[in-house]
Amino acid sequence: MDAIIEIAIAKYNYWMYISLMMIGLYAIIAKNNFVKKIIGMNILQTAIILFYISISAKRGATIPIIRHAEGHGHEAVNAMEYMNPLPHVLMLTAIVVAVATLGVALALTVRLYARFETLEEDEINDQIREAQ
Amino acid sequence: MLIHAALEFPVWGDPNAPAHLHVAPEYLERAYEETATPNVVTAILADYRGYDTMFETAVIFSAGLACFFLLRTRSRKDPGDRFFRHLATDMVIRIQNPSMKIPDTPYLQPMDSFWTPRSTIVRAASRVLAPFIQLYALYVVAHGHYSPGGGFQGGVILGASFILIALSHDLRTCMRQTPEKLIGVLSPAGVLFYAGVGILCVLAGGNFLDYGALAGWFGMAREAARSLGILLVEMGVAACVMATMVIIYANLSSAGGHRQGL
Amino acid sequence: MIWQLDLAILTLVAICAVAAITVRDLLGAAVLFGAYSFMLCLLWAIMGAVDVAFTEASVGAGVSTVFFIAAVFRTTRRTKD
Repeated sequence: MDAIIEIAIAKYNYWMYISLMMIGLYAIIAKNNFVKKIIGMNILQTAIILFYISISAKRGATIPIIRHAEGHGHEAVNAMEYMNPLPHVLMLTAIVVAVATLGVALALTVRLYARFETLEEDEINDQIREAQ
Repeated sequence: MLIHAALEFPVWGDPNAPAHLHVAPEYLERAYEETATPNVVTAILADYRGYDTMFETAVIFSAGLACFFLLRTRSRKDPGDRFFRHLATDMVIRIQNPSMKIPDTPYLQPMDSFWTPRSTIVRAASRVLAPFIQLYALYVVAHGHYSPGGGFQGGVILGASFILIALSHDLRTCMRQTPEKLIGVLSPAGVLFYAGVGILCVLAGGNFLDYGALAGWFGMAREAARSLGILLVEMGVAACVMATMVIIYANLSSAGGHRQGL
Repeated sequence: MIWQLDLAILTLVAICAVAAITVRDLLGAAVLFGAYSFMLCLLWAIMGAVDVAFTEASVGAGVSTVFFIAAVFRTTRRTKD
């Protein structure tokens, strides 16, 4: 029992990311409104980004900007003193792509509203079925 | 299933986790020596992983293009009622006949069809703020080597300053300052500038996006040339991101008409 | 990395996420999504990812909220769920 509690405490942030991801997935699948679906898509994306960033964290390390920038010459940089910069780079680009896809998704939503006068998925399905 | 997988993860903040042991220490230890850039994130983003960032910029450009093609309309079939304000008398004229031509006089000013309160405080404050926001954005782009920042953040802040003008005044004011043709050119120009820096490196005798090859042309050390190359590609990224943000906002808020917005 | 602060902000992030997808007003959902992005930005600043936090503060909390509000303005605020 103690071991389980220990695992639960040591990895509390991973449990939180899993629940955030499930919130996003639930919104994509179960919500009826398209804007809600897009919000769910963004929550899913940010949960994954959060997971990557938390991988890069190290205990007792500082931000990945080399400290002795000017003057000190070529001291050897100890990699243990700095956070892992690689996930930061990957996720930086992922955030900007997320806002680009968000723009396209919202543009599609605006077009759908101009055509069907509603944003609810079931009402759009009904209108398509009636038209056939 | 995810919970089962999470049990296998290393404890959070463990310095000996597998993610920290492979290639990341190499980057950390060599980035400053090789590129003279203290911010390792910028160095990796624009130098070691230059291809990644270039096609990323192309993705953003194509997203702007998709928004443009999805929403932009030029058809005059039903513009609805048009409203003009007569400046001398402050009267509002409503024109229902869509085929009627309005002479381009300084006395008539086009208006939005819904009533919006004209808040002098908001307008004056955002007019004062906008140039400072743009200056800060340029600082973020240029100082990305030494502090958090770079092309993506600076470009977004630059675009946000134009969006601020559009929000506080109206969309026509914003589109007069940044005409659609200008931002339509700037967005692909950013991507092409990035690729052009890469081709310049090839012409100078190196690999594509190997900025060290530019050292001979500019007469500087190899590290300084890589630092300069990072600055150049960040400028391309900033131009592309800024133009794309303005395109997406203008098309979304006016549903493609560009006549009136939020 | 201060785990008390981290846990508190993670809780706020989860609350904002649940609120953003349950509120019955799309404008409110857009604003709550902006708050969610800002909490994430704080979380990443704590974790030491300053570049990512800066990007999220300008992109997630700034521009994407404006995009949501523009889209809601052009469509409708009404939602059934």
